[in-house]
Amino acid sequence: MASLVLTAPQEMLARTAAELVSKHGGVDRQRRLRDEGAELGYSPEVWAEMADLGWLGIPLSEEHGGLGMGMAETVLITEAMGRGLAPEPFVSAVVFAGGLLADAGSAEQRAAWLPPLIDGEKRLAPALLEAGSRYGLDRVETQARTNGDGWSLSGEKVQVVGGVGADGFLIAARTEYGDNGLTLFLVPAEANGLEVVAQGRVDSRNSAIVRLSAVHVAAGAVLGAVGGGLEPLGRAVDRATVAVCGEMLGLMTEAFERTIEYLKSRSQFGVLIGTFQALKHRAARMFVEIELSRSTVMAAARALDEGSDDAELQVSNAKARCSDALILVTNEALQMHGGIGMTDEHDIGLFMKRARALEFAFGDAAFHRQRFARLRGF
Amino acid sequence: MSDLSAFREEARTWVEANAPEFLRGKASDPNAWAAGGRKAPFIYPESRDWLLAAADRGFSVPTWPTEYGGAGLSRDEALVLHEEIGRLALPMPLTGFGYSMIGPTLLDHGTEAQRAEHLPKIARGEIRWCQGYSEPNAGSDLASLATSAVRDGDFYVINGQKIWTSGADQADWIFMLVRTNPDVKKQRGITFILVDMESPGVEVRPIRLISGASPFCETFFHNVRTPVHQVIGEVNSGWTVAKALLGHERTSIGGMGRGGARASLPGLARDYVGVDENGRIDDPAIRERVTQCEMDAMSYGLTIKRHGDGLEAGHKPGPESSMFKYYGTELNMRREELMLSIRGPQALGWEGEGFEPAELNQTRTWLRSRANSIEGGTSEIQLNIIAKRVLGLPD
Repeated sequence: MASLVLTAPQEMLARTAAELVSKHGGVDRQRRLRDEGAELGYSPEVWAEMADLGWLGIPLSEEHGGLGMGMAETVLITEAMGRGLAPEPFVSAVVFAGGLLADAGSAEQRAAWLPPLIDGEKRLAPALLEAGSRYGLDRVETQARTNGDGWSLSGEKVQVVGGVGADGFLIAARTEYGDNGLTLFLVPAEANGLEVVAQGRVDSRNSAIVRLSAVHVAAGAVLGAVGGGLEPLGRAVDRATVAVCGEMLGLMTEAFERTIEYLKSRSQFGVLIGTFQALKHRAARMFVEIELSRSTVMAAARALDEGSDDAELQVSNAKARCSDALILVTNEALQMHGGIGMTDEHDIGLFMKRARALEFAFGDAAFHRQRFARLRGF
Repeated sequence: MSDLSAFREEARTWVEANAPEFLRGKASDPNAWAAGGRKAPFIYPESRDWLLAAADRGFSVPTWPTEYGGAGLSRDEALVLHEEIGRLALPMPLTGFGYSMIGPTLLDHGTEAQRAEHLPKIARGEIRWCQGYSEPNAGSDLASLATSAVRDGDFYVINGQKIWTSGADQADWIFMLVRTNPDVKKQRGITFILVDMESPGVEVRPIRLISGASPFCETFFHNVRTPVHQVIGEVNSGWTVAKALLGHERTSIGGMGRGGARASLPGLARDYVGVDENGRIDDPAIRERVTQCEMDAMSYGLTIKRHGDGLEAGHKPGPESSMFKYYGTELNMRREELMLSIRGPQALGWEGEGFEPAELNQTRTWLRSRANSIEGGTSEIQLNIIAKRVLGLPD
């Protein structure tokens, strides 16, 4: 495996990403967008700036008009976004949707969608979850029936991240073809019978319900092979999972550092509370968990970039580790802040709410431990 | 990379040609390990052949410079060599404190004369070392140690008692901490010094442990004389040397969490617990614990790799050895506990009939493992060090 140390260009990318996030207000921006009830849930001007920097094409190959970087670079951007709670739908629109389109899309679909995606003129949202899906990629009820020379889609997708304001959706639906019938469709937002309704989640991000009532799409809307959706979907989910792990790493690091600063500044009983061994040992354990998490994220990103045999194992190892560490750190952060942490005015609650959404994105720790065990055959 | 694959070829050829047939597959048999020394208790004569063959090639201490008996390998080359040795499940040719602790310390802090005197004898397995740190009243609070050394001409005269001296009854020399100035802040009056265990006035008494074994001793010093030139570093700056050495010790103890050539947990669980119709370990709670343990070991191994890659890239080593000591030992202990759960009642064997040799060994290694979070600085001390030196939390 490649070295688990950042190269000089990677260090620079990480710095640029951190500067971009803090320049636009850091965590205060997320709070402001929430309080304003901003319809998109993110800042179009930040999205445009990310496009100018080329980041909306960062994981896409140069052949597809991207920067041709890998997951090792992508997680540096999501880490910076996690630190500052930046709400732009980078993982869903770029890593997941862009990556899936580049991987499984036809030349025609790529030519139509990738350039405007990379320029930030258009945005795709993957519509994966249904109310009963939990984490099973093939737990899909949405139906696609052949209809003339095209297809008719019916069903309801929920928690479609970045769904509000999206120009198109990548939708998994069940057909009567192939092993499991799972087929991917690229559906424009303006299609007849497609309805998008904002869905309120605990993290106040852009999330939507997408209702499909006999939505007619042409045969050319199928992404990849009919009945062959599961494999490219699995690959896209693995990449998106690692990108999410980067965000988790940034979030836990920031929440932890803020907590350590609090332990160094808050006095009770006439002494700084950071002198108490009961808190010191818990802080030290969190430090160790964050260090382990960082190693797993770097390793999983490189395993995907190198196409290693153990890439899936590394992805599940990282997601399980980061999920456990993130929940430990954000819960402890609140406890160590005491009563002030329970107030809406304090930022720790914002970290905690986002942490939960990340924990359940693409499978929680228990799900990934099961997957790890299955892959290892025990 | 191409250099490494060339070296792998070379290492593989060398291992194939030199490793005794008898030792292959015996990586986890403690009887096959060689720590060398004048009393050299080679239980299998093949261990001696293996050690000498390795020493001739510099592979007993592969990363040491060639002038001191090493092969001057890079860290990556040494890893390749270890992998090739591990591929045949062979024991390392040389183990012990000479190789893992005093050697690296002399390379960092010793004078040219001190290195030339001691390192080649370690490399050839001629001298075995033990460590004189803890005292009955200086455990976690190591700096309060009281064993004294008073200068008398060209010698220091040592009086006092050490405890938990690993392998003192087998060792030829001891590296130890002594108090040379009782009138200053406790860390400032300590000196790091080397003593020949055959010196008059040294007395060793093994301590019997819960595992039934006696790997540790009490070591008494009555007017023991050692030459002044055996002081490592400056007089009264022994604490600095000791901390560097404890770093080597923590990394070495912490290394046990990586798993390595030991029994596979999933394999053991399949054998003892059984498998269901899908071939899975037939107890969901055990299966979950095995999975967690395997994932922790993987994450820990990646963190060791990341740390090593950082050193290779020129990052300075910091207090993270405390993290490795803490996590590696806790992980190893969890693993031992899990192996007991997996074997169930068959893990209760002490001696005699009715238990397999591996089961009898299991009982002892589990009991031995309980010391992992105590020796080399307790887990609580490691967490204190992380809180203070890494996180900067106030005293």
